[in-house]
Amino acid sequence: MKRFSALSLVVLFSMSAYAQEKSSAPGNQSPPSAGAAATAPEEVRIRALEEQVRTLAEEVALLRGELKTIRDTKPADPATGTRLLLASTRIEPGVLPSSTSSTGAPVLAPEPQSAQTQTYGGATSNAKLLNPDISLIGDFIGTAGRNTISPSRSLELHESEVGLQAIIDPYARADAFISFGETGVNVEEGYVTFTSLPAGLLLKVGKMRAEFGKVNTIHNHALPFIDRPLVTNNLVGGEDGIDDAGISLSRFLPAPKNWFLQGTAQVYRGDSSDVFTSNRRQDVSVVGHLRLYRDLGESTNIDLGGSYARGHNTAGVGSTTFDPGNFLTNLYSADATLRWKPLRRSIYHSFLLRNEFFWSARDQVSLANANVFQTQHAFGLYSDAEYRVNRRWTLGGRFDRSGRATNASLTDSGFSGILTYWPSEFSQIRGQYRYGHLWDVPNDRYTNANEFLFQFLFVMGAHGAHPF
Amino acid sequence: MRRTKMTTRISAILASCAFIFAFVSPPASRADSKLRIMTATTDLAALAQEIGGEKVDVESVARGYQDPHFVEAKPSFLLKLRHADLLIVVGLELEIGWLPPLISQSTNPKIQVGAPGYFDASRFAKILEIPTGQVTRAEGDVHPLGNPHYWLDPENGLRIAKGIRDKLSEMRSSDAAYFAQRYDSFEQRLKQADEKWLAEMKPYAGRKVVTYHRSWPNFAEHFGLNVVGYVEPRPGIPPSPQHTVELIGQMKRDGVKLILVEPYFDLKTPNAIARDTGAQVVVLMPSVGGEKEITDYFKLFDYDIAKLKQAFDTTK
Repeated sequence: MKRFSALSLVVLFSMSAYAQEKSSAPGNQSPPSAGAAATAPEEVRIRALEEQVRTLAEEVALLRGELKTIRDTKPADPATGTRLLLASTRIEPGVLPSSTSSTGAPVLAPEPQSAQTQTYGGATSNAKLLNPDISLIGDFIGTAGRNTISPSRSLELHESEVGLQAIIDPYARADAFISFGETGVNVEEGYVTFTSLPAGLLLKVGKMRAEFGKVNTIHNHALPFIDRPLVTNNLVGGEDGIDDAGISLSRFLPAPKNWFLQGTAQVYRGDSSDVFTSNRRQDVSVVGHLRLYRDLGESTNIDLGGSYARGHNTAGVGSTTFDPGNFLTNLYSADATLRWKPLRRSIYHSFLLRNEFFWSARDQVSLANANVFQTQHAFGLYSDAEYRVNRRWTLGGRFDRSGRATNASLTDSGFSGILTYWPSEFSQIRGQYRYGHLWDVPNDRYTNANEFLFQFLFVMGAHGAHPF
Repeated sequence: MRRTKMTTRISAILASCAFIFAFVSPPASRADSKLRIMTATTDLAALAQEIGGEKVDVESVARGYQDPHFVEAKPSFLLKLRHADLLIVVGLELEIGWLPPLISQSTNPKIQVGAPGYFDASRFAKILEIPTGQVTRAEGDVHPLGNPHYWLDPENGLRIAKGIRDKLSEMRSSDAAYFAQRYDSFEQRLKQADEKWLAEMKPYAGRKVVTYHRSWPNFAEHFGLNVVGYVEPRPGIPPSPQHTVELIGQMKRDGVKLILVEPYFDLKTPNAIARDTGAQVVVLMPSVGGEKEITDYFKLFDYDIAKLKQAFDTTK
């Protein structure tokens, strides 16, 4: 930047010098012409001025061109004396056109460090350099068909997620994802990650999706389906899942060679959707996660995980027999993912198989007798397979089965077929057929739901990382 | 009463977790004093190896036959990154889809962006195709900072090597003479090789070619090829029928006889274009390790130039 201001100073100075020289020249010539046409001295003056303006305009154009050349051929190696010339004899970067080389060289020569600055394309973008990476992901969902148990709207801009990501200082980075839904705004995640802690610790502080299984950590737009699995809705808090304000600490743990083992311990306030509710300050919830990963080859790998979460629930609120603080929900999950992606054709073909199993143990007042304290043990799982057929199309399927957290004897099940099309990396069109065999509580019987969902996703702004 | 006990218990569990995490771990430093270098791509690994010699251990995240835009951020890479002393990246947003999460999760302060162990090779290279004016994604997956495939120009290879030499000398000043000597040897060998390559390519100077992706501007500039079109309608956008028809027309008009394709792209469209135009499809390697025999930076150009010569001669 310093270099640039110096250069522009030089340019400005030479410009004005040139202008003065030019203006003096017609000035010298003007008396005879003025003498010849004394009747119209203004006209002559105007003509002279016009001439001056024209030469100046040409000058400016020339200088602009030179500036552009300088900018385009960014000085890669400032030490002009010891050029890295190979056998070729083309113009080296940093060597200016002959007309400015005498003034340009001394400006460019010093400061090997600052010579590494990037060319970003203009002063306006330079002014934005310290802004965070900003992105917006629009998620439009349409639903058709019949579902009397959990109906969704025919058309909606389900979510517009604004992402702000930046490096805060040499020790931390921050990520914020603010989601604008149809009904309001929600900070989906907003946390700071301390990347430079001793002992290999990774600390995150803020509001974040808990490290509980796989699907709970994934944002809506990054899911391989339009909706969330039944088990998420029944046992793990639905779309928002376990997403709370807290502190997360993780670390790589010693493991056998070629295995990757990571442990994560998190403490949250204890308010997450309908899963956890914190009535008192000490009702914090905790989440623990172990991840085990191994490459089975350069194209195939397995990813295993075990998670535990514990927090208070609302079941005891209003009970006269029991202390409301005694009602806890314990959640366990196990996940297994098999991935295949041939490196030579990674953009065309890939396969993923994922299974996730959940167990919810929820303390509550017995459904039959309000004086009996009981724990409902509900189980659920989903199985998901995706196959990338070619660069633009992906086929997927999902099987769902889950009990209900408050009444484990009621089991919902279903399956989905998913087809995804990518016009480019920054937009996605998806269709999903969903069948559900769901318990209808008011009518006390099972009912079938057949639905077709479609989704348009679009990404603007910063190019985010692809989730793994 | 039970509440307080519980809270105490939870705090105790957490505290012990933190304790275990913090102290029950293998020591990070090893006995040998080799510098551990991780690079984003194999080309940078090859250059680092040229300069570092036996004083360094070098490994690349991406493989040579892999599309460097689309590498998966596998946890196994974290194990390698967490002990690295130096991370060399291509930069210019080439790795934006996968490297940032790897860096921030590596728990390695040395290689965080801006730390002394973070080395952006693009800062030393001559960058082409820096967009001026407005940049939008209507142009496809453009790189606003310029074309990131800059290592395919031997002059840039030398510039990067020089940057690596300075960085290694700064990190291990006791070995500075060793790195300087290795750099000098590399420079000399590269100059000789470049003279040979330029001589080999001279008869074909100005020949028109079509490439799949915009991977070759630096290569084309250095060796005097004239890239007149691309199989992709826009960078990162798969071939479309309309663009393919236009490209075929253009190739026929201009008499283009070669279609250069990177090893990670599907050959269906290039082959179809070749059938229609009588051109030849050549799979050129953009990176070291793209084929087994391409084991270093020199062999990369040896391979590509041999392929090109052969193709130019047969398509005369």
